[in-house]
Amino acid sequence: MIPAAFEYMVADSADAAIAALAEHGDEAKLLAGGHSLIPLMRFRLAAPAMLVDIGRLDDLSYINDAGDHIAIGAMTKHHVLEASELLATEAPLLSHVAGEVGDPSVRHRGTLGGSLAHGDPASDLPAALLACGGSLVIKGPNGERVLDAPDFFTGFLETALADDEIVTEIRVPKAAGVGWSYQKFNRRAQDWAIVGAAVMLGSDPKVALVNMGSAPMRHGGVESALAGGGGADAASVAGDDVDPPEDLNADAEYRRHLARVLVGRGIAEATA
Amino acid sequence: MEVSMSVNGESQTSDVEPRTLLVHHIRDDLGLTGTNIGCDTSSCGACTIHVDGQSVKSCTMLAVQADGAEITTIEGLASDGGELHPMQAAFMECHGLQCGYCTPGMVMAATSLVAENPDGLDETAVREGLEGNLCRCTGYHNIVKAVLSVGGGA
Amino acid sequence: MSAIGAPLKRREDPKLLSGEAKYVDDIQVPGQLWMGMVRSPMAHAKIESIDTSEAEAHEGVHAVYTGPQLQEMGLWIAPLPCAWPVTDDMVNPPHYPLATDEVHHVGEIVAIVLADSRYGAVDAAELVIVDYEPLEAVASIAAARDGDTMAHSDLDSNKSFHWPLVPDPDALDAAFANATHTIEAEFVQQRLIPAAMEPRGVLAVPSPMGGDVTLYSATQVPHILKVMAAATTGIPESKIRVIAPSVGGGFGAKLNINPDEILAISLANKLGRAVRWTESRTEAAFSTHQGRGQLQKIELAADTDGKLLGCRVHVDADMGAYMMLITPGVPLLGSFLYTGVYDVPAFGFTCDGYFTNLTPTDAYRGAGRPEASYAIERAMDILAAEVGIGPDEIRRRNYLGGGDYFENLEVPSTLVFDSGHYGPNLDKALELAGYEELKAEQARRREAGDSKQLGIGLVTYVEICGLAPSRALGGLNYGAGGWEHATVRLLPTGKAEVVSGSTPHGQGHETTWSQIVGDKLGIPPEDVTVLHSDTAISPLGLDTYGSRSLAVGGVAIAAACDKVVEKAKQIAAHQMEASADDLQFEAGAFTVSGSPDKQMAIQEIAFGAFTAHDLPDGMEPNLQEQVTFDPPNFVFPFGTHVCTVEIDEDTGNVELLSYVAVDDCGTQINPMIVEGQLHGGIVQGVAQALWEEACYDEDGNLTNPSLMDYLVPSPTEVPSMVTDYTVTPSTSNPLGVKGAGEAGTISSAAAVMNAVVDALSPYGIRDMDMPATPQRVWRTINDAKNGGAA
Repeated sequence: MIPAAFEYMVADSADAAIAALAEHGDEAKLLAGGHSLIPLMRFRLAAPAMLVDIGRLDDLSYINDAGDHIAIGAMTKHHVLEASELLATEAPLLSHVAGEVGDPSVRHRGTLGGSLAHGDPASDLPAALLACGGSLVIKGPNGERVLDAPDFFTGFLETALADDEIVTEIRVPKAAGVGWSYQKFNRRAQDWAIVGAAVMLGSDPKVALVNMGSAPMRHGGVESALAGGGGADAASVAGDDVDPPEDLNADAEYRRHLARVLVGRGIAEATA
Repeated sequence: MEVSMSVNGESQTSDVEPRTLLVHHIRDDLGLTGTNIGCDTSSCGACTIHVDGQSVKSCTMLAVQADGAEITTIEGLASDGGELHPMQAAFMECHGLQCGYCTPGMVMAATSLVAENPDGLDETAVREGLEGNLCRCTGYHNIVKAVLSVGGGA
Repeated sequence: MSAIGAPLKRREDPKLLSGEAKYVDDIQVPGQLWMGMVRSPMAHAKIESIDTSEAEAHEGVHAVYTGPQLQEMGLWIAPLPCAWPVTDDMVNPPHYPLATDEVHHVGEIVAIVLADSRYGAVDAAELVIVDYEPLEAVASIAAARDGDTMAHSDLDSNKSFHWPLVPDPDALDAAFANATHTIEAEFVQQRLIPAAMEPRGVLAVPSPMGGDVTLYSATQVPHILKVMAAATTGIPESKIRVIAPSVGGGFGAKLNINPDEILAISLANKLGRAVRWTESRTEAAFSTHQGRGQLQKIELAADTDGKLLGCRVHVDADMGAYMMLITPGVPLLGSFLYTGVYDVPAFGFTCDGYFTNLTPTDAYRGAGRPEASYAIERAMDILAAEVGIGPDEIRRRNYLGGGDYFENLEVPSTLVFDSGHYGPNLDKALELAGYEELKAEQARRREAGDSKQLGIGLVTYVEICGLAPSRALGGLNYGAGGWEHATVRLLPTGKAEVVSGSTPHGQGHETTWSQIVGDKLGIPPEDVTVLHSDTAISPLGLDTYGSRSLAVGGVAIAAACDKVVEKAKQIAAHQMEASADDLQFEAGAFTVSGSPDKQMAIQEIAFGAFTAHDLPDGMEPNLQEQVTFDPPNFVFPFGTHVCTVEIDEDTGNVELLSYVAVDDCGTQINPMIVEGQLHGGIVQGVAQALWEEACYDEDGNLTNPSLMDYLVPSPTEVPSMVTDYTVTPSTSNPLGVKGAGEAGTISSAAAVMNAVVDALSPYGIRDMDMPATPQRVWRTINDAKNGGAA
């Protein structure tokens, strides 16, 4: 399978990328690592007329200690997140989940910003960011804005990004010592999660689910139960108020069940 | 458009369509056919090469994205004198290949995995590290044995 | 030291490991045209119209052809072949490379483009506009059997054939009438996508002035392809050369005569330009045949002790949309094995073949025999539960020959098993697996109400390999023989050259053949060169499938070596002035009894045969002999496999904890290669049990054609295996060899499912369909807990 023809340009700065997006509108697509976009293009499920390559923006690849949070450049690759000692200490959930994406060769190319901007409810990293209470720095022609993760994921493969905006940075609150867990259930290691659950305890516990709705999502019911001291029993509502997809691997009933099991295991592991 | 990259130590400049997949550039333009194509969904890893020292599935990268990169393919692994790389030799010694089609990708993924784990790998780590490479002949038993014999640590 | 039995490293490996080996897609020729296939998106439809104008106008496009246009060009004189019309009245609708008026499965080709580049062919194919009038599709065997919709509009039944093998119907009825225990079970052999790692591809290179054409194909069967290409296209067979270069696995999927192959050779011949095509992985789910696709019903009758009295089997088999090369024969290959390794006095098998609007089925690793083994081995576990004894005990009580050694034993399915010795094989497997300890651990977990339950699966299998006796194949209406050809020659410099009709695609023939020749001629295996897979170099052959290479092709080589030695002996006797009867041949040299200092090396004799200065009167020069071996019987490898699974009852996940295989493939030439074959075969069968299924919706659309959704397991999903052997030489050939290529797959799906059902047996669950997906396992447990057992 071969992509349809397109025009290609390398952006030498975030501003150049934004300008290109502004010029080409919805004809253009950003290319970061390409590991979400190129597979779609090979099946011609996506056929942008213009690709703007931001994968070479090395100044958007960093993991910095920014006081109360860790600042991560959007073009930071999964394997860098996975290997970062700073991240492993201060945001271990995100670091761990980066190592759960795809396979090692995929993680050498895929970027955090690219994965988040794809807005796939079956992806690991959106759920991790949601559970971490992270936010995204978004840059457009009129400057920067910062969106909390729940406001960023708006629908199936849809985000709050305008056609002429790019994600430049991801911010994750420091959470050293806070209990966390990521539970991924699939039939083959390299595959997307059939269901996944990201759990972060602490004073404001957060639970995010993978592949349990049309968009990456937090589960308010479980979080309230947890905040109310529900402990592992909080998992019993993980199948409520969700609208899971159905496919060959799982129907909705089974996904709801898996959500309860995985959230329960996640809470138990995070508590231990 | 024009792209330049170092492939197995040699500088190569070519004119490619932007949509050219890196694997097709390597195979069809540069004639390095050791890198194989086994799927169209980044699932099988037959096309695994090294880009700037790390394993990458070359079917999921555009040639234009590799402009300026250092590429190593299976052809670049053995020494100039034709002596097999230790990982290639281990695959032969342990019978880690049969039809050989997944082998170049498997070897490239394995060398990258071992390089990233200098303290040594156990069987679980090898199996998880090769999760993105499929083989239909060996049942993986002897592939894992081969990789452990090189990267298994003390 | 004998080269036979040594775990020699493979001589094939350096080329494969370094990227030097050339698969079809690696071979480029100037001026080549790329075929791009326009495939039907519908399972069943009338073609209303095809608009090729936009594609024709596309840059780099040489031509666009529809089915009717190609028919008019007279590119073929016959439809694609089915070489196994299993009954005289088998219905076999004509199958041409392109559909002309009605399509019968998703992916059937309706038009092709020829373009000057790989990418251009894909682009142009997208520009062909086809108008279809949808017809109702037959999307399952059950629908084909029970419904009113016809997969082919011009047929009045979807049934293609009925094939019975019921040697003694009265005895069978009596067995069931007299039984204490009877069980009945139905199993689904889901459709599988073979998924050899190398997708199929083809390149046809014509010689416009010379009139011949060379076809490179990723095929297991270059010799059969050559004959069939001639018969289909009308190009004289003598003008066709077929080359199978490095071939990246086959598993039966490259044992066919495909539309693309016939298109490439006939178009190249017609146009005088090289024509090529390589399937993409997702395309392969439609352009290459699939495997399995059977509904099985098996009944067993047994006495009070569980001793079998009778076995009755019916199979409804999914042919798919068309009969391909051996489509209808696949279930028949299994028919003889439904009594497995057991002494069953009465047996009956019937099979109905049905057309559906799905990708055609054909051989896939084991071809009919894994299905048979699955049915009998699952049924034996069900019978054991019914009788109230263990899976090991039910098997012991029923082994042929009482589990003791036997040879040339006629079994009720009318075959004669060459040799068997099942008891010790079972003992060894149980001991290696730690069967008693496993059972104790299982009991402990059950007692503790552990959420992770253990299941232990046991299988003793037998298979028919080495296809084989041409007369027997003729009796089954198979359209070819089962012989294999070999030529062995000693070159003037003393090196040996072997020409083999067996065609490897990963099995390591070059290594194994050199071991046989090295052993027989007493020369170092590295002095042996093996030529194969090119019909110009190896004109006679019947190729590689059905675990036949060693048991037929390897034996042919050994026999040719014997003839070489015999001729050399005559020369040695002549030149040493001794009687041939007084000569001994050992370690590559002839010596004369009583004169230890007189000797002649075979290499020396080879040079003498080449110069021909001093040969016996009337003897032809050169040291070269050929043998076409047609074995007197098949070979019947067997083995016992024990597998352990852990089931997470909360999620339904099945994890394969351990796999122990004790196989008996007779004499082994290279144990390293045997072990590798078993590993791969085992995992392929495990994959059927746990992960793989080609899933279709009710309109006949395949919903998981890519490797992202069709779950070929990765290294992470499977454990390392434990393999060991018993050795019971075959009586069907002088080497005593059997076959190992399919053995792992014959047994492992049943072993895994026996283990899964064993784990869940406390819930009253006695069966589950494959694949045992987490959702299916969870739901089965849930349903059982809530009342109704499966």
